[in-house]
Amino acid sequence: MTDVGRHPRIKLYTMSEVVDVKGYVGNFDVRILKKARYVDEKECTACGECANACPVIRPDEFNLGLSSRRAIYSPFPQAVPSAYVINVNECLGHNPVVCAKCKDACDKECIDFHMSDEEILENVGTIVVATGLEVYDPTEMDEYAYSRFENVLTSVEFERLINAGGPTKGELVRPTDRKTPESVGFVQCVGSRSVRKGGSYCSNTCCMNTIKSTLMLKEHYPDMEIKVFYIDIRAFGKGFEELYTRSRRLGVKYIRGLPGTVQEKSEKGLRVAIENTSTSKLEMHDLDMLVLAVGMKPASSTQKLQEMLGLQLTPDGFFLEAHPKLQPVDAATRGVFYAGCAEGPKDIKESVTQASAAAARVIRIMHKGEITTEPITSMVIEEKCKSCGICAGVCPYNAITVDVKRKIPASVNTAACAGCGTCAAECKFDAIVMNHFTDEQIMNQSHALLETEPQEKILVFACNWCSYAGADYAGVSRLQYPPNARLIRTMCSGRVDEKFIWDGFRMGAPVILVSGCHIGDCHYIDANHWTEKRVKKVHKKMIKLGIRPERLQLEWISAAEGVRFAEVMTRMESLRKDVTPDEIDETVRVLTAD
Amino acid sequence: MEAKMVVRKRHEPEKEAVRIGVYVCHCGLNIAKTVDCEKVAAFAEGLEDVTVSKDIGYACSEPGQQQIKDDILEHNLDRVVVASCSPRLHEPTFRQMVQSVGLNPYLMEMANLREQCSWVHMQEPEAATRKACDLVKMSVSRVRLLEPLKEDTIPMTQRTLVIGGGIAGIQAALDLADNGYDVVLVEKSPTIGGMMAQLDKTFPTMDCSI
Repeated sequence: MTDVGRHPRIKLYTMSEVVDVKGYVGNFDVRILKKARYVDEKECTACGECANACPVIRPDEFNLGLSSRRAIYSPFPQAVPSAYVINVNECLGHNPVVCAKCKDACDKECIDFHMSDEEILENVGTIVVATGLEVYDPTEMDEYAYSRFENVLTSVEFERLINAGGPTKGELVRPTDRKTPESVGFVQCVGSRSVRKGGSYCSNTCCMNTIKSTLMLKEHYPDMEIKVFYIDIRAFGKGFEELYTRSRRLGVKYIRGLPGTVQEKSEKGLRVAIENTSTSKLEMHDLDMLVLAVGMKPASSTQKLQEMLGLQLTPDGFFLEAHPKLQPVDAATRGVFYAGCAEGPKDIKESVTQASAAAARVIRIMHKGEITTEPITSMVIEEKCKSCGICAGVCPYNAITVDVKRKIPASVNTAACAGCGTCAAECKFDAIVMNHFTDEQIMNQSHALLETEPQEKILVFACNWCSYAGADYAGVSRLQYPPNARLIRTMCSGRVDEKFIWDGFRMGAPVILVSGCHIGDCHYIDANHWTEKRVKKVHKKMIKLGIRPERLQLEWISAAEGVRFAEVMTRMESLRKDVTPDEIDETVRVLTAD
Repeated sequence: MEAKMVVRKRHEPEKEAVRIGVYVCHCGLNIAKTVDCEKVAAFAEGLEDVTVSKDIGYACSEPGQQQIKDDILEHNLDRVVVASCSPRLHEPTFRQMVQSVGLNPYLMEMANLREQCSWVHMQEPEAATRKACDLVKMSVSRVRLLEPLKEDTIPMTQRTLVIGGGIAGIQAALDLADNGYDVVLVEKSPTIGGMMAQLDKTFPTMDCSI
């Protein structure tokens, strides 16, 4: 940790959050909000005189409220930067009449109450997302009585109690009577592997963390009675099984079954009722202390960051990698990488491994000082352009300039163009060519599809980043669905031109699906808003022409929603079956006459 | 491993007569168990402008790629359709492959016969084969109109933003900085260390976490 503070190449911003990211790989403009610390980071020597003088006493977050700190404090002795910080909401104020005792106590005069929040701009080429996790709050699991009985702790609180640097200097005591407990129970999978409460996934670290804790306890208190209540013990990593075996050999009892209820007895002891699933018997265990091995949740910042960077999430709420095996630290957005629990629950070793991998992947694209980009950008045919300005209005990247007043044709800045193709779809004069996804290239595909037996087929437009990837995910998961759909890939659903849809119906397609990323998740900022508008417009026209609007469907399917993709396919198939040959003939007749 | 570059004159696509090669990959049994690959290849042979059509064990393997490359040179192919897995997986592989024998990488198109066909219609081999034929036909009709494109180069700022100063962020920042790259590390709390700093001894080494 101290290496980070000292490293000449690392610029560290603490108390800071990324509030906005603009740009693309190689050139991201990042806006960072740095909150005021009220203590000069560089000058403060962490002598602690200020805290001694501070009259405000508050629970210490680092020790989860098991100890107290002042309004001016250092989070923990090894903190980096080692400077103190003032929690301004707790501070009595800088008016000397009111307080300002810390300011008087500081010989180096590092305390500055006039410090204000700063906005910092940074330009970077790549981004590593290492936003970590949040600990599951077991309050909702009332059967474990976490909020009712003081001697029921979470595993993180327990960590602080057995830590030599913690509030008890490593002495394990019960919160109620400050005595060392004679018996301790651990409950596994709290907030993990449950479809009802918490996450349905395994949090990956709690088994080993508990085993570690039992070993620590046995080391300090050999006679302590220790019981672990579990579903399965997952000691899968290198050296893990050995620790598990050692724990059992030291006399820790592993009991398969999770508590149904926890009751408090006299002198704040706890009685835990469990069904032992090895013996199928109901058992009562009397314990002095109960530790809940709480699971991991995605960090609260995840969603904001996901929208800012155009990333995808798994159904669990963690970040989705570009490929689970081959690109496990890459995001689908080029230039963005994941490290640690942001991508899913993992232990320290795995986090470190992934972080090093992410660093290597970053260097891989950064080392040359330049990067090749796919030439999938749009192009204006000047002769056809009427300078109406629609394309410039729909471009999410402001990559198109056009002078409507002076009738100067549109032009595309290819460095800024990301290639969604919305402009080409919105241009009424066919004046924009979307490279690699031209009108002709796409319509040639649908023609090839609908040339024979169109009534049997479902024409699907799927965006590369979400719905096409969702279809792939359905495949990887071996989800079975009706075989009538054929996908046409576009980079973005915004590319799907109205004429592709009319052309499809004219060719005799019974049903058509347009699919893209969920609103807010669009890989091209907000290009899918235009898809939505366009489909609504087509629906209205369909009603006018007497074509059932149900025959054109719009669905948002994310890259992780394989199950949803399969469901949509099944629904599309039943819609297709409802369309009669007469209905198709009538549509073809109406559209051909049009 | 980087593909060997064979210096050779690029095939200029001629509008009127394109020469397409179609390769239907078995992917071991991943595709071939459900889809009749030979039938699909035979079907593709009858499509307009298709010069060569073959089924192939593993298109992505070294011998598989070699066979396609040999064909490109021997039959003077200027368009290639690889009907195998998802382009999200192997598009870069096959683009590099055609490029190594002088073809513009954007003249290669993939048909997704695995993730979007054989794996999702395992119980319906005949319907899956029909679908595979359609997908190949669609790709052939698309590849016919594809045009050579040139990749652009844009400058890369050699600086990384690391969001989060927990163990993962710290490790990534240090690895990058030690390799000579500038790092901006952003942490929302007053100190780095994250969750890890709160832990006592950590498994499997049982030593201090900080």
